[in-house]
Amino acid sequence: MIQGTFAILAVLMPLSCWATLGDNAASVRTNQAQMKGTLRSVDHHAYVLHEITMSTGAKVREYVSPAGTVFAVAWEGQFAPDFQQLLGPYYQQVQQAIAQQKAAQQSGEQPQVRQRRGPVYVETSGIVFQQSGHLRSFHGQAYIPQLVPQGVPASDIR
Amino acid sequence: MIRRFGVLLAIASIIGMAACGGGNGGSNNPPSAITNVAVSCSPGTVGSDGNAQCVATVTGTGNFNSGVTWSTSAGSITSSGTLTAPTVNGSSSSGGGGNSNVEQLTVDAGPEPQTFISTNVAYTTVTVCVPGSTTQCQTIDHIMVDTGSTGLRLLSGVLNGTTATVTATSVQDATQSGTAAVTVTLLPVSSFSECLVFLDGYIWGPVAAADVTFPNATAETASNIPVQLILPASGLPTVPSSCSSQNPSGGNGNEGGMSDSDAVATFGANGILGVGLFQQDCGPGCTSQNSAPPQVYYSCDASGCNPAFASLSQQLPNPVSAFATDNNGIQIQLPAVPNGGSPTVSGFLVFGIGTQSNNGLGSAHVYPVPDSGSNAGDMLTTFNGQQYQAFVDSGSNGLFFLDSSVSGVPATCTGNLTSWYCPSPSPANLMASNQGQDTSGPVGTPVPANFSIESAQTLFNGSNTAFSTLGGPLSNTFDWGLSFFYGRSMFTAIENMSTPGGTGPYFAF
Repeated sequence: MIQGTFAILAVLMPLSCWATLGDNAASVRTNQAQMKGTLRSVDHHAYVLHEITMSTGAKVREYVSPAGTVFAVAWEGQFAPDFQQLLGPYYQQVQQAIAQQKAAQQSGEQPQVRQRRGPVYVETSGIVFQQSGHLRSFHGQAYIPQLVPQGVPASDIR
Repeated sequence: MIRRFGVLLAIASIIGMAACGGGNGGSNNPPSAITNVAVSCSPGTVGSDGNAQCVATVTGTGNFNSGVTWSTSAGSITSSGTLTAPTVNGSSSSGGGGNSNVEQLTVDAGPEPQTFISTNVAYTTVTVCVPGSTTQCQTIDHIMVDTGSTGLRLLSGVLNGTTATVTATSVQDATQSGTAAVTVTLLPVSSFSECLVFLDGYIWGPVAAADVTFPNATAETASNIPVQLILPASGLPTVPSSCSSQNPSGGNGNEGGMSDSDAVATFGANGILGVGLFQQDCGPGCTSQNSAPPQVYYSCDASGCNPAFASLSQQLPNPVSAFATDNNGIQIQLPAVPNGGSPTVSGFLVFGIGTQSNNGLGSAHVYPVPDSGSNAGDMLTTFNGQQYQAFVDSGSNGLFFLDSSVSGVPATCTGNLTSWYCPSPSPANLMASNQGQDTSGPVGTPVPANFSIESAQTLFNGSNTAFSTLGGPLSNTFDWGLSFFYGRSMFTAIENMSTPGGTGPYFAF
């Protein structure tokens, strides 16, 4: 019920808000963002999905749990988003996870460096991050596994 | 340290008094001395015979003289600090003017210095010349061919060049001087720089101009087109944080390396030739039809680099679009690679689709893709009854699709290979189907595509560099990387260009 009210309010608000992964829903509202767009909010019961569409057509989707936490974000558009802003405190974790993955490819048991070129896929106990696409079309998702509400499949985050 | 400073102060005050005819004699003025000379030059990277403006910041005490004299290790510099860079020599080239539309491709261990082993990267060779010149040219091998991007980009450290070290010496105190290094490169450099974000890294560097030809595809010339120089982190202008923060790896994602010495190993190639679906790398999204410029093209001056609009003609073009003929797309032909991989393979980059007797579509199926919107450049792939956005990308070095949580998909490797699949038993034989789409939905009929994934653990055990069965996880998307190209004729048709298979953009195979 509280969720439903929240979603309706959000629709009526002139929107220039940008959630940060791991933030609570209340802070989402006050988190002034650089992007200006229109918001569509849908209550999926297990979570509320807020989709912000910018004038360029780019989209950011925020997944808010019943506990009021942004547990996942997804993005699509011609350009990659500002990850520092979108991932907030998790930006460094993602950077570290990617750096570790690259370092692992360059050492360890395999005799030669075998670098993966292409879409990014990192999965640690603390964060899952992936980005796919090509020039003119980027899309990706990031979520915090411990914060994903029970019964929500990872494939919902897209 | 303090004592030395004191000595300098004393000397400076004597010189200062002499220069000023005794000074103003005020007893409350501190003694005149120079404490530091700092120099900066803009742009920090210039072309052969190009110009940079250098300024000196002189700090001191008292009524000091801020004048400096200029000198440079290469080229010449005026008394007001305007550097004229030295001439950078190239080789001569007779590029263009022939009748072949076919260039060589190789998949091998990569360019020198081989501190790494390249995996599933198709390389070609290009020749760049100072626009209009046939003598200031350079032929560069191991240029990665990428159907997932647009534009020619070259490592700055690979291009012929030199460094001009500019020195400003204090007029008042010749022991006080400052220096700045200006990188001088073969090709003329503009005041635009570009931030190009890939999925797993970014490149940053100035936009230069070149005539682009090929050693074997002698029919093709792209005259005076914008190309990008890929700078290492130590290069100038410095990468803006608004560029690196678009990349998940942040500053660590700089594919130009830390310095020229590790640039080739970091990038895995001497440059990249983007021959994808689009005529320009950014397109309308970077032009002034938008309310604010995106963080792609930057205008740079002495005070720094700021996002700027770039007209279509200022952007990096698809070099193929700039040809006079055979300019509607390309075909990549690589031979079949058996399970287990091959040490190296050789193939062809064929320019034009249906423009010559050797570049027809034949039996290839056409998969149209949208030219704009959030699925720009994507076709559709269906796997296990589920439909996914998909693309064909020679710049991806494997088949990247789904993850092990999806039924029927191989398990991810363990240890240091978690970004790859390691099926057991190996190979895993899989089937998907591909279909074109436009902005309103699927177009045409789905066509089956069989593929196999072998264990990366096994594949990487030797020194093979070409693998048709290499794959790794990626949720929600199918990326048909270079593994998919072997044994097929893979076509990429450029947007708005007419071909016998319809108007681009499309993939065909």
